[in-house]
Amino acid sequence: MALLEIDGASKRFGATTAVDDVSLNVERGAFYALLGPSGCGKTTLLRMIAGFETPDSGRIFIDGIDVTGLPAYARPVNMMFQSYALFPHMDVAGNIAFGLRQERLDRRRIAARVDEMLALVQMSGYARRRPHELSGGQRQRVALARALAKMPKLLLLDAPLAALDRKLRAETRLELTGIQERVGITFLVVTHDQEEALSVASCVAVMDRGRVVQTGAPAEIYERPASRLVADFVGEVNLFEGELTAGFNGLALVVAGFREPVPLPCGTRLPEGAAAALAVRPEKVVLSHAPPAGFAIAATVSSIGYLGGGSIVHLATEQGMALKAYLPGAAASSFGRGAPVWATWPPDEAVVLTQ
Amino acid sequence: MLGFGFLYAPIVLLVFYSFNASRLVTVWAGFSTRWYGALLHDGAFGTAALTSLEVAAMAAALSLVLGTCAGFGMARFARFPGRLVFGFALLAPLVVPEVILGLSLLLLFVACQSWFGWPSRGMLTITVAHATFGACFVSVLVRAQLAGFDRALEEAALDLGARPWTVLTRITLPGISPALVSGWLLAFTLSLDDLVIASFVTGPSATTLPMAVFSSVRLGVSPEINALATLFLCVVFLLVALAGWLMARDERRRLFGRQV
Ligand SMILES: Nc1ncnc2c1ncn2[C@@H]1O[C@H](COP(=O)(O)OP(=O)(O)OP(=O)(O)O)[C@@H](O)[C@H]1O
Ligand SMILES: [Mg+2]
Repeated sequence: MALLEIDGASKRFGATTAVDDVSLNVERGAFYALLGPSGCGKTTLLRMIAGFETPDSGRIFIDGIDVTGLPAYARPVNMMFQSYALFPHMDVAGNIAFGLRQERLDRRRIAARVDEMLALVQMSGYARRRPHELSGGQRQRVALARALAKMPKLLLLDAPLAALDRKLRAETRLELTGIQERVGITFLVVTHDQEEALSVASCVAVMDRGRVVQTGAPAEIYERPASRLVADFVGEVNLFEGELTAGFNGLALVVAGFREPVPLPCGTRLPEGAAAALAVRPEKVVLSHAPPAGFAIAATVSSIGYLGGGSIVHLATEQGMALKAYLPGAAASSFGRGAPVWATWPPDEAVVLTQ
Repeated sequence: MLGFGFLYAPIVLLVFYSFNASRLVTVWAGFSTRWYGALLHDGAFGTAALTSLEVAAMAAALSLVLGTCAGFGMARFARFPGRLVFGFALLAPLVVPEVILGLSLLLLFVACQSWFGWPSRGMLTITVAHATFGACFVSVLVRAQLAGFDRALEEAALDLGARPWTVLTRITLPGISPALVSGWLLAFTLSLDDLVIASFVTGPSATTLPMAVFSSVRLGVSPEINALATLFLCVVFLLVALAGWLMARDERRRLFGRQV
């Protein structure tokens, strides 16, 4: 049985449907990421799990118990807020102890637990500081410690790293996974940073306009997106829209910007004449100076963006279709701007999308 | 500049002459604190001052409770029937002339007395009258501070297992404490200051300090009054400064607190 089961939850605010018939299962011990563009209802879904919003319809079960009607203080769930929401009139230790005090634990147990939590997030020297005397990263740690102190069954994290700068975010992301493994609590993390979701999560749910459009392991989401939206939102992608036709070797896609039909992965079962899109990740695209054997697209290099570990090469076909290729290392240096190149990719590495 | 001059020159003059050794108010005859001494021995002013302080403290406490409730009502319950009317009713005493306020309260008290035989006019009626308009000021302050209060803090407390009552006493009230303190101080000084309303609603048993001063001034200004006024000014000034300082400190803290 999953730790968290959401069964057809919906929430409307006036005319907008913030969460639309969402069903989700989060397994015990998972590091589950909710990924989606801004305003797609991630926070609203989290707030329903925490008990700050009542779903208009649907049920929420935690550990098999229906918590839909329970008030926030009675749920075995804690939340780390998008704004951290540290109590400004209490010091760090007071903030972390707040939840424990509500359980009427004795003073020594609380103090020990606070010390343990401070050590866990590496903030041991800061017990007596007030929140406004901390940096953004330190506040984030205190907020995490406060939410973990009660050892909830499920920890909800709303964009926990959004307020941190890029480098700190990468470090904290690693720490977060470390902490999650150590405490063994199930994490449900909201993020609109797809890199974050892919790198830390054991499972990802992609949301769009209030709906969950795909769930799966990060690699599955990235390699086998179920729709154009997921393909486009998670990572970089080339999306070619076209119409299916019978090629000389299975199905092919007629794309307006290419001279010849593009071969599709074998095993594609779709009716001829249907509209579809082909998603090709930039790192699957292979560039060469001479025309390779088999399928290839003639194009010219329009610009090269250096990314450090590699380069992204933007190409344009004669018909004006743009595509991009990712070349690792210094491989892009042999292609100058305006140079004619041939682009191709293994047909089985592309994904056909009809949604 | 000139405006400030007109405002403060008489005050400075008054403070200055309160240390005058002469009985004549406008003739300087050297420094002395004898009028402060005389004030101490004058029982009438002492009683009046005590009455005033007592009334002010009680009225301020009452204002605080009522005003906080009203402020919460306005800030938290966005749509209840009659909200607009309630809002206006809260603001009205801030702009209605004191004479009218005093008169209407007097009529109310007289009516009450004739129907229920209670309350007899005196300290109680002054306290109630002061509490009503003090509560309006408090509610405005509380409402403003609640509007700037981060509700995520309350949710975080709920999330950590605190019952709504604990959230109110441990999180919300401490969070708006600057408004509560300055509201109390404001209500206190307003009550201490007030002559008009108090004169309307009082009975023979209670005389507040402003009333005592006013009636004695009508017999001629004595240096004793200057001394009294100076002391009074000090108290009011201190309270206002305290309120201002608390507000400023809160503002600073909020600025620091918000920069994530
Ligand atoms: N209390 C509310 N009243 C009215 N509309 C709301 C309320 N809360 C959220 N919404 C609307 O519901 C939708 C979803 O909001 P939500 O906060 O869940 O988005 P989000 O996915 O968390 O976005 P972000 O990534 O920017 O935090 C938005 O269109 C928002 O305007
Ligand atoms: Mg959000």
